[in-house]
Amino acid sequence: MGWRSLGEGVEVVPKEDVIEIQGTVNETLPNAMFRVSLDNGHKILAHISGKMRMHFIRILPGDKVTVELSPYDLTRGRITYRFK
Amino acid sequence: MIILKTPEEIALIAKASRVVAETLKVLQKAVRPGITTDELDRLAEEEIVSRGAKPAFKGYRSYPKTLCASVNDQVVHGIPSKRVLKEGDIIGLDLGAIVGGFYGDSAVSVSVGKTTERNARLVQVTEEAMYLGIGQAVVGHRLSDISHAVQRHVEAAGYSVVTEFVGHGIGRQLHEEPQVPNYGKPGQGPRLQAGMVLAIEPMVNMGGAAVKILEDRWTAVTVDGSLSAHFEHTIVIEPSGPPRILTQL
Repeated sequence: MGWRSLGEGVEVVPKEDVIEIQGTVNETLPNAMFRVSLDNGHKILAHISGKMRMHFIRILPGDKVTVELSPYDLTRGRITYRFK
Repeated sequence: MIILKTPEEIALIAKASRVVAETLKVLQKAVRPGITTDELDRLAEEEIVSRGAKPAFKGYRSYPKTLCASVNDQVVHGIPSKRVLKEGDIIGLDLGAIVGGFYGDSAVSVSVGKTTERNARLVQVTEEAMYLGIGQAVVGHRLSDISHAVQRHVEAAGYSVVTEFVGHGIGRQLHEEPQVPNYGKPGQGPRLQAGMVLAIEPMVNMGGAAVKILEDRWTAVTVDGSLSAHFEHTIVIEPSGPPRILTQL
């Protein structure tokens, strides 16, 4: 089975035990943090995954993104994918 | 980190690899017009389990099946379905097994029934490219020597190598370091050492290199709809001489 290499359209492999949800970026904050409103109405603080940072994927207000939430703290998330 | 395997570990990988190789042989004989990829999947699972091994792909990152069956423009990771094989199709059969906690992984592409010279050449060039890559897997060479040998052969034949998927180290996990791309300049990357176990797997498109992933999150297809072929062997680098191909009977 082939290993998905990282190139354009970097996709981070989803972890187990996390909630994946889509949202829209409202505002960019310092330190690569973002305010994201989720499709379910909640607003959370999210940071960008390290792999996306390594590949210089830029995130701007208005972008649709996939966010991973930990079931333990639903107010913070990790952005794992930015839709083109 | 690239994990060097002990002889005991290699013996287990070899056992798993043998199960894969024997199962692939059975599947190749079963491929004919009219059979569905689901039937091939069921056969694959039976053969693996009957040899005391466990399917490696089933449940891997929630992959639902034992076999990856990639037909025509499907490059890799085609999920078996009710799709019926037709005369002239090219099908890639990709399979993994676990024995004693260690993995073996291999793939072949075969034509269904009678084929055209054009399609047969794609399959042949892909297989040749894999063996040329394997030929570079000797102590003292660098990782990208494998990649370069594959790319050169494929492009000389007028085809494209898929860059979005790569070969990989294998052992206690299906995918371990290093990634083994099928393209690149020679003489780069880590030096190859005895005890490294690699899955070398060129994916070759008749048209352009671009691939996309379908909605099912697995199946990779060529963007231009051109045909694609895929071969893979699990090999171990020997202290001297050519590598041992573990998934070959």
